[in-house]
Amino acid sequence: MTTKTPTIGSIRNESRRLLEQWWREMAAADHAGRPTAYVFVMGSLGELLRAFDLPVNCPEITSLQTAVRGASLQYLQAAEDSGYSPDICGYVKADVGLHLKDRQHPNGRIPKPALVIATNMCNTYVKWAEIWEQMYGCPVFVLDLPAWRGTRAGAGADGEALRNDRRYVEAQLRDLIALCEDLTGTAFDIDRLREAMAQVNRMAASYHAVLALNQHRPAPFSAIREGITFQGISNLYRGSPEGTRFFELAREEIQDRIRLGMGTLEEKYRLLLAGTTCYAALKRFAEMFEQWGGVFVHSTYMVFAGGGFAPGFAYDLARPIESLAETLLLSAWRGWSMPMFYAQDWLAETVREWSVDGICFHGVKSCRTTSTGLPDVREWLRTRCDIPGLFIQSDLVDPRLWSDAQLKNRIDAFIESLAGRRATAGR
Amino acid sequence: MSGSGEREVAAILEECRVLVEDPTYPAVRRWREAHPGGKVLGHFQVYFPEEIPHAAGMLPVKIMGAGSTVQIRKADARIAAFVCSIIRSSLELALTGRLDFLSVFVTPPICDAARNACAVWVRNLPSLNSQVLYLPQNAASPHAAAYLRDEYRRIAGVVEEAVGRPITDDGLRRSIALYNENRRLLRDLYRVKRETPWLLSAVEAYTLVRAGGLMPREEHNVLLRRVLGLLPEREAKRQDKIRVVFEGGYCEQPPLDMLAVIQDACYIVDDDLLIGLRWLTGDVPTDGEPLASLARAYLDGSSYSPVQHDPRKPKPEMLLRRIRESHADAAIVAAPKMCEPGLEDQVNHIRALEAAGIPHLVLEFEEKMTVFEQMRMEVETFAESLLFDFA
Repeated sequence: MTTKTPTIGSIRNESRRLLEQWWREMAAADHAGRPTAYVFVMGSLGELLRAFDLPVNCPEITSLQTAVRGASLQYLQAAEDSGYSPDICGYVKADVGLHLKDRQHPNGRIPKPALVIATNMCNTYVKWAEIWEQMYGCPVFVLDLPAWRGTRAGAGADGEALRNDRRYVEAQLRDLIALCEDLTGTAFDIDRLREAMAQVNRMAASYHAVLALNQHRPAPFSAIREGITFQGISNLYRGSPEGTRFFELAREEIQDRIRLGMGTLEEKYRLLLAGTTCYAALKRFAEMFEQWGGVFVHSTYMVFAGGGFAPGFAYDLARPIESLAETLLLSAWRGWSMPMFYAQDWLAETVREWSVDGICFHGVKSCRTTSTGLPDVREWLRTRCDIPGLFIQSDLVDPRLWSDAQLKNRIDAFIESLAGRRATAGR
Repeated sequence: MSGSGEREVAAILEECRVLVEDPTYPAVRRWREAHPGGKVLGHFQVYFPEEIPHAAGMLPVKIMGAGSTVQIRKADARIAAFVCSIIRSSLELALTGRLDFLSVFVTPPICDAARNACAVWVRNLPSLNSQVLYLPQNAASPHAAAYLRDEYRRIAGVVEEAVGRPITDDGLRRSIALYNENRRLLRDLYRVKRETPWLLSAVEAYTLVRAGGLMPREEHNVLLRRVLGLLPEREAKRQDKIRVVFEGGYCEQPPLDMLAVIQDACYIVDDDLLIGLRWLTGDVPTDGEPLASLARAYLDGSSYSPVQHDPRKPKPEMLLRRIRESHADAAIVAAPKMCEPGLEDQVNHIRALEAAGIPHLVLEFEEKMTVFEQMRMEVETFAESLLFDFA
């Protein structure tokens, strides 16, 4: 009988290798003057761009990395010195600062944009794209994904309204394909798109399996530590065999962790993060909870920024463009409604299914898309579902908005209240 | 102008000012008393095709914040701290029952905060039908008009459900004609601002325009026609003031006192204040398919704002055009606090103005601000320095 070699450590090693490889590709594209597409994590269309061999830059990720590397402030200040307000998204400003500093990032040099694709999943995407449009004169393709429509909109549209949205998205995709053909001089090959979409299907299946494994107690991974790695790889390597392989490997390693009884730490409280973490204090943010045995088992961020992979995500490869349009639309619908704007039902369900003790709602000044209604959702869940929630505020990348003592006080008190609830419940 | 004419203009302006400063929407309540069972549709900034609810017999009204007229309490508990004031104060109006006359509320997702806010409305106001009208951002797409026509059709369905009867094409055409008339009158008003700004102060013009979003448009047309007829006879002397374009009032509205501070030193000869009321720049055809005509007008015959991306209308160039066409000497580039789209466009505007050698003053405001001394000093210094240069 042969024993399978445990895969422990492969997520860390492989993700590091892939990220370094991606940075080398960026530098090579810059050096060679190769046309590069700038895209955003929500609606990146990585699979379509792969069909044209267009390298993809995700500025949200490069901005995030300036903060993780402890270097965001210099970029933020460069942008503010050039006129950008302190009230503007920090991702945007870190990126503007990067371009003002000759595109020199702590991890390498990024190429200029030859094409920008911005969906309306975040309105700031469009404004951000307009900045590059002004800087470089590059074409900006705004892809409208009409989605959640308010009262009685539920988790998805139906009827004529959905048919209209679908027609519109599909027509726009065909326009985008024509634009990519013009830009690259390459004829569109639907089989290459189909191939990339097949990879996305496999990646999505593994991604979901990985998330579901965190229902296990103790949680085998931290949704805000390794979760960020998962998001990075799912976006940068969307549609590639390497990306698919990474998530298959991640699934194996996490299964091994469960088999070996490995948790992220001695787990006392299972937490859910609504919103994003603070990348300027990434370790500290996690530590403030972990010192009390608090582990984040899931996050809304892993849903809306994790590639739009809804449960059951699967492209119909027999009709790639139509399926891409439908899936983008439904991903936008779910992405907006379930984990973001109308998040209460999804959060309540996740609390039940992931055995969550409490939710941390982290509002960030940089991102009104994810943060605006968080206090309201918290109040809703507290009063209607008796789900405890903590609302705190800082930023994505701006270390000046991180108030350590104040946050620690709030977090300590929250954990204390969870302990009190548990004692009262006699658990 | 005769004393009675001046008194009449003053009375109309006072009526408009009361509407603007009263957060209880008195004209809407009067309309409801006169139309028992009448339904009201509220819509958030920037643009909404009011012809659709109007054709169904509904009263459309703009929901555009509350300035400093309400204390924000309930909304602050539901919205994160770094969100602009207009989102909060509009929600506060709803949560405190001041908008209890609404049957339908529509939010175009103009920015990240507005899209989120609609969900807050849905959660907290379960008896109100709160809808998102998705206006295209891919505005130059050849497919946008067909999409928007069908999206308008969806909203028409929401309206029909609220009133319990269908909207007819003829009804829509009549409403389009009424609104065409309103837009023509507003263009005439702006002609006065451009050509004879001493006849109508910035605050007066603004309150006249804003009242249109708060009252039945038929009444607004009557009022505008009367004022426009009386203005040429108004006795007012041209003053030695610089001519400026004010940019930054497309969504959250500057306080009246802020406009007063500016008008003391400058003529505001054009602006983007409440641009949604003037979004369509020409007449919408009254023949053909009405919803298709409205959709085409939105995309192809319209103004510009920070919350619509349209490569045919690069915003810095559009601002320069506005300055050129109004023969302005300078620009005041303002933005509300916490307004992501406005603050981002401000940077591009400033660069374009610098490149074109056009003097400009950058201001930040909030609808609820009440202290203007610092701003007065900035505006006066700016205006005086220009007058000195021009002398």
